[in-house]
Amino acid sequence: MISLKKLSREFQVGDSPVLALRNIDLTIEAGEYVSIMGPSGSGKSTLLNMLGLIDRPSDGEYFLKGEETSVLSESDRAALRRAHIGFVFQAYHLVPRLTARENIELPLMLDGVSRAERSSRADTVMQQLNLSDRAHHLPNQLSGGQRQRVAIGRSIIMHPSLLLADEPTGNLDSRSGQEVTALLETLNAAGLTLIVVTHDNHLGQRATRQLSMLDGEIAHDTLRDIDLNAH
Amino acid sequence: MRIEDVLQYAFKSLTRQGFRSIMLVLSLALGVASTTVLVSLGESARSFILGEFAHLGSDVLAVYPGRKTTTGAMPPITGNAARDITLQDAAILERTVPGIAAIAPLVVGTGSISQANRERNTLVLGVNEAFFDIRRLTLARGALWHDIAIEQSAPVAVIGETLADELFAGGQVLGQWLRVRGFRFRVVGVLEGTGDSFGSDLSDALFIPVASAQQLFNSPGLFRLIVQVDDRYDRQLMIRRIEQRMQALHQGEIDVTVVSPDAMVASISDILQMMTLAVAGIAAISLVVAGVLVMNLTLISVQQRTAEIGLLKAIGASALQVRWLFVAESLILAIAGCVVGLLITAAALWAGRLFLPQLSWQLPAWALVSVVVITIVTALLFTWRPASKAAGLSPTVALGRA
Repeated sequence: MISLKKLSREFQVGDSPVLALRNIDLTIEAGEYVSIMGPSGSGKSTLLNMLGLIDRPSDGEYFLKGEETSVLSESDRAALRRAHIGFVFQAYHLVPRLTARENIELPLMLDGVSRAERSSRADTVMQQLNLSDRAHHLPNQLSGGQRQRVAIGRSIIMHPSLLLADEPTGNLDSRSGQEVTALLETLNAAGLTLIVVTHDNHLGQRATRQLSMLDGEIAHDTLRDIDLNAH
Repeated sequence: MRIEDVLQYAFKSLTRQGFRSIMLVLSLALGVASTTVLVSLGESARSFILGEFAHLGSDVLAVYPGRKTTTGAMPPITGNAARDITLQDAAILERTVPGIAAIAPLVVGTGSISQANRERNTLVLGVNEAFFDIRRLTLARGALWHDIAIEQSAPVAVIGETLADELFAGGQVLGQWLRVRGFRFRVVGVLEGTGDSFGSDLSDALFIPVASAQQLFNSPGLFRLIVQVDDRYDRQLMIRRIEQRMQALHQGEIDVTVVSPDAMVASISDILQMMTLAVAGIAAISLVVAGVLVMNLTLISVQQRTAEIGLLKAIGASALQVRWLFVAESLILAIAGCVVGLLITAAALWAGRLFLPQLSWQLPAWALVSVVVITIVTALLFTWRPASKAAGLSPTVALGRA
């Protein structure tokens, strides 16, 4: 489903170029549960940006469902994001003046879906996420866990094939964190490809495939405690 | 994205900006209101003045001595002509040019008029009987002089009502004698009303036969000829005919100017319209100022909502959609500004009609349409740049992920 070939990303910091990603080769199959771990500045967020099509590589190729994405126009990439990719961020990024339900409906609204259909699809998702009684609450009236569940609802309302989560539990207490983790894993079990970026070893090690990054490279690619990179 | 969703999303952003949005709507509304009210005032004044001219009648032409060499629209009021228009010319025109219903030669001067021990300096008009018809002047008392040929002088006079009161103080008027510059005239009629003609009050004037006035002022020439045209004849055609006839009478030289008061009124109307537009243009500057405020609000909004823009792009909003969300905000502001502004205008015009009913206080459709268009276009124009800035934001930068 995902195939990165010699993918690099260079940033200009002051006068000197910094390589955030170096020649990454990576293949991820549909339905996988992948965690990306590594110290700050190792390139894990940049890699997630790449996978989510919100950043372009300086070099190399990215095939998503067989399509080379790095040559597509911005609007084509936006359409791909809308159709295939869900994002969950550490800071939730809910629109503060929209209710929980309206936040969940947002991608449908951008897609031009009718109000009636939006509403019925949002109902289904809110039931699934146990948010039905919070439909008309504004984000600042919700707890952290509830906000993240709303954000997850927004990320899956379009039935994406790929869910990208960046520190999804980073702002949550441990109980809410566990709930959110369980929720993401349920979605993965139902067939959604899940990629989680995290500092948290405990969370990271729950994934069936674990990538460790260092200095813009994938240092380890481990399948459930089985090291694929024979060192 | 559906239009109603774009509008609703934009509307929610605006209500969150609450006070700032209201202030902006108010500033747009004041711009709209001041522009439309000033146009209405200007247009009302114009139609008021045109109404004042209406008594001149559209079937009347004026023949002035002298030729305006430039193409200016205003005719020369005092002719510095090499050759005068004479009474003889007038008589020949009336006899030989078909389509002239009546002709009134006019001599104008001022003189000191005395009666018994009262004296008054006033306007003296040398006219014939036709003049009273053409200008639709009627007599309150007495009668016009009759059977006096155009070239014939006679010691008779018609006076305006104001002048009659001044000189005779309510006593017997008809049959009394007046003295002007050593000539004596017997009053045969008193003019009705205070016919206020533009620039001069005819109720304060003395009317005597035109030949008598020529003797009085010792002037062989006429101030002008007033020609009433048979309404079956085209006025432009009549202007050419009169000019040609006068050319023949004056040895082949075109030395008179024939204008229809319509043309004069039209040029005055043009001048007033230009003034209206100039004043409205100054008022419209306030709309541009409001446009700058709209830009400011949008800039702040883009800055405050950077993360939101990043999120929208991450979940698949195109640059065009982001642009539209911000453009829709100023569109809503502009439309709200127009609605509130026009309500203020309606109230102001209503008050105007109440306190100054002489004026029509109408708002011409062109002003209404152009003010609304200008407001909306200005608001959109000034939002374009900040909205483009939002549309061009990289989602990673906007989300603080770069």
